[in-house]
Amino acid sequence: MGAKDLVRDASLRLIKGRGNSRERRMGLKDLIIAKKTAILKRWFDMILGTYPEETSNHLRKQADPFANPISHTISKGIEGIFSTVIEGTDIESAFPFLDNIIKLRAVQDSTPSGAIAFILLLKKAIREELKDKIHEGVIYHELLALESNIDEITLLCFDLYMKCREKVYELKANEVKNMTFRLLQRANHNL
Amino acid sequence: MAKLPTPDELSKINYKPPEKRWVNTPAEFKDGFWCFGTRPKYLQAVDMPNPREWKPIEDDWKLPENWKEIFLEGFAERLKKYRSFRLFMDICVRCGACADKCHFFLGTGDPKNMPVLRAELLRSVYRNYFTTSGKLLGKLAGAREITFDVLRELWYYAFQCTECRRCSVFCPYGIDTAEITIICRELLNLLGLNTDWTMGPVANCYRTGNHLGLEPHTIKSIIESMVEDIETITGIKIEPTFNRKGAEILFITPSGDLFGDPGTYTCMGYMMLFHELGLNYTWSTLAAEGGNFGLFTSNEMAKKLAYKIYAEAKRLKVKWILGGECGHMWRVWNQYLETWHGPTDFLETPVSPITGTKFDYTSSLKAVHIAEFTADLIKHGKLNLNPSRNDYLKVTFHDSCNTARGMGIFEEPRHIIRNVCNHFYEMPENTIREQTFCCGSGSGLNAGENMELRMRGGFPRANAVKHVHKHYGINMLANICAIDRAALKPLMDYWVPGVEVCGVHELVGNALVMKGEKERTTTLRSEPLPEKEAKENV
Amino acid sequence: MGALFSFVMVILLVLLAYAGIKAANLQIFFGVVIPYAAILTFLLGFVYRMLKWSTSPVPFRIPTTCGQQKSLPWVKQNKIENPSTALGATVRMILEVFLFRSLFRNTKAELRDGRLGYGSSKWLWLGSLAFHVSFFTISFRHLRLFLQPVPSPVHFVETLDGFLQIGAPTFLITGSILLLAALFLLLRRFLLPTIRYISLPADYFPLFLIIAIASTGILMRYFLKIDVVSVKELTMGLVSLNPMIPEKIDVIFYIHLFLISVLLAYFPFSKLMHMGGVFLSPTRNLSNNNRMVRHINPWNYPVKARTYEEYEDEFREKMKNAGIPVEKE
Repeated sequence: MGAKDLVRDASLRLIKGRGNSRERRMGLKDLIIAKKTAILKRWFDMILGTYPEETSNHLRKQADPFANPISHTISKGIEGIFSTVIEGTDIESAFPFLDNIIKLRAVQDSTPSGAIAFILLLKKAIREELKDKIHEGVIYHELLALESNIDEITLLCFDLYMKCREKVYELKANEVKNMTFRLLQRANHNL
Repeated sequence: MAKLPTPDELSKINYKPPEKRWVNTPAEFKDGFWCFGTRPKYLQAVDMPNPREWKPIEDDWKLPENWKEIFLEGFAERLKKYRSFRLFMDICVRCGACADKCHFFLGTGDPKNMPVLRAELLRSVYRNYFTTSGKLLGKLAGAREITFDVLRELWYYAFQCTECRRCSVFCPYGIDTAEITIICRELLNLLGLNTDWTMGPVANCYRTGNHLGLEPHTIKSIIESMVEDIETITGIKIEPTFNRKGAEILFITPSGDLFGDPGTYTCMGYMMLFHELGLNYTWSTLAAEGGNFGLFTSNEMAKKLAYKIYAEAKRLKVKWILGGECGHMWRVWNQYLETWHGPTDFLETPVSPITGTKFDYTSSLKAVHIAEFTADLIKHGKLNLNPSRNDYLKVTFHDSCNTARGMGIFEEPRHIIRNVCNHFYEMPENTIREQTFCCGSGSGLNAGENMELRMRGGFPRANAVKHVHKHYGINMLANICAIDRAALKPLMDYWVPGVEVCGVHELVGNALVMKGEKERTTTLRSEPLPEKEAKENV
Repeated sequence: MGALFSFVMVILLVLLAYAGIKAANLQIFFGVVIPYAAILTFLLGFVYRMLKWSTSPVPFRIPTTCGQQKSLPWVKQNKIENPSTALGATVRMILEVFLFRSLFRNTKAELRDGRLGYGSSKWLWLGSLAFHVSFFTISFRHLRLFLQPVPSPVHFVETLDGFLQIGAPTFLITGSILLLAALFLLLRRFLLPTIRYISLPADYFPLFLIIAIASTGILMRYFLKIDVVSVKELTMGLVSLNPMIPEKIDVIFYIHLFLISVLLAYFPFSKLMHMGGVFLSPTRNLSNNNRMVRHINPWNYPVKARTYEEYEDEFREKMKNAGIPVEKE
């Protein structure tokens, strides 16, 4: 299954999930958009919190994208994902961002759960940021709907993660093939 | 309801921040981060110590009884032999300038991949046995004993360094982690602790002269297969010679150019160029390998494997040596070869037979880099080039660590690329030239089993390529290193699909208009030239 | 842990000197014996370390090249970052030693695109430079205590140092800069987890020591205003190998002197030796003229390598069949 198919499937799921809650969710959406910077920051910090302290300090420096590629990839990535989930942008636009982060996590983590957990941290970031509102109970339903969206994205993450892992195994397998291509070609030629 | 781990707990599983100081945190061997241990047959083939079956992941490495003694004696010997080693053990002030300069640290986030800490792993042992303060104050002076855990850690991290020297550029004292890693690996080799991927090529190279163990007739046959391809593409039959005495020039290139794509296309480029010039050169089937995995094993092994270079030049009575595109081959040639096997009084200062340029900056080594050779040809207008044949490419250039920081060859390949391509764009300034990021697979780390490590280590490089891919539509990553050609390919495949990898002389081969050639319809890769191009040529 | 230990050590040293003078009247011990012992340790230790390094062989010429090599005549060489002559290498060393060229490299990206990202690295360069320059200036200024008459360069530097022309005695700026720079370097080690992780007691101790030395110096000069004439009597006595202890010297001076003595004695055993070592670094002080001049390894030894004859013996038939020329038919 190609990348496009993955996106389409997920888009369908996402649209279905949105359906009836759309109008009522406006209140929550506005709230979240108003707190976008704070939520993103919280989320970013949570993700960096999954790295050792000695490292996360380096990552936290908003450095030049080339001197600090992990930090750059994550911060750009979560921004893009945020827009999709909250602002209701087409999921296709989030795909490259998701892809970037998952690619990174897929070779950084040795467990699948660890690799895709970052997306679920968004739920936590939103809950913490909107703690008061949630306690008031007014946005409870909308929140559930939103979290379902995040669940959908999580499924997409899992697909992407598997694709990355398959890629890594493919690369491993190709390593020998590439090295000896000319030899095989020659051997065949000689037959 | 059963208590499930929360997302942040889950993701923390692998990134548990070390609560203790690093000295007390043993290395955790992660899947995909280490290479297989060397098989005994390779060690036996070159008479190296402690051949046996062993697995790095297991607790018993089957070390000799007195391994500590061997390790420490080796340590002491090298402190006496290398000022660099002694000095670099002593003068680091741990300022941290190098910390975020290492591609492995940037890509893995493992604090022990900071160059300073990688060196401290060994320094702590040094302090314990070789300094007064360490002997007196022990842990307080940052000293620790060599234990099996420490040895495992040294091994794990010595093979997570590609000896690229980027940290050395930023260190106020020029402390070169490559030098430390090289010596650390030498010490590990005293105990038979090499990787299979490094030791295999070493053993093969000793017997046959090349990494894959190609025998002389196979080398000839492989090159002939390229000759056939060239004929198909250009209609011109090239006739390379092998082990021919009295040729003017001995041409040596890494054997990766012979058997692995896309290196083979680079090799076709060399041969087309030489044919077009009517160059009087020969291949040597023994010195058909410029690469030297001995450098990643021990100084002595590197020296043994490099012996054939001058020996073959002498036997074949050539005047000088022309070297192909390779990174660590040129580091070895530039900084070690003549010291080991000189003087070279049987050779002459290289002179280009085409332009008459005397390469007097290599009057002692008597070897010219092919990028210098070709740049000189182009400067003198000796080549008929049609760069528009490369118009389907948008090219960027990756400086290889060894030629960048162990030699300083920056302008020559760029001069060539600008003349054979119409679309050339540089990557960001802090990722090229002396600040270039490693491919992540150098120094014998380009195995298959450590692919995750390679992908992470190569991430900073890929990230910069991605930038130019996005902004300029770069689809070709040119370089002058055989390991790059092999390693950047999967790296691009993973991080920046759509970007291919090539040697500079593949681009030359594509652009070179040869006398009497037929109308080209394909590239050197035997892929059809884009339509627009075909029309123009009608 | 390392920081606390180092801090306590320095405090103990201060208390030791204080008690030694106040309680035990050990002026001769702290004013004469210790300084002599420290100087001796410093000189012998420094020379020993330098000899040990400089007599170790440099088997290979391995400069880290940071610019275009010397090659074709029309290719512009970077004669300093990739020197091919002794002159180039010397200039490279001067830039390295006096301007911390390599540390400065960190700031390049920032200067290009005006981002804040490299800030901390830039601060490291600035902080280190300020630290070292002021340390050197202060040491130089102190020559006035050891020379009679005071040479004019010392006067000149002192005038320069007091360019603010405030206070009496004149406020010398380097003292404060040294203190601030040392505090900065210390704070870096406390606050940046990466740096904290790599720091050893051996990194904290000299910083605390130098902070203590600078603080006592500033206290003496501006606040306690000790009797400089008596101090000079003592220092001149030391220099002329005719030591004597003047009456009127305050205990703070003995503390200051004791801390300096500790620093001197500690110097040769510590990372502070980078002061001498930087000159010997083979990746910086050698020129990249490898292809022009053969570098000799003093311990080069012959190795058993595979010869062509052995190779041909193994593959002769195959070579002949493939039409590859052989030596022995």
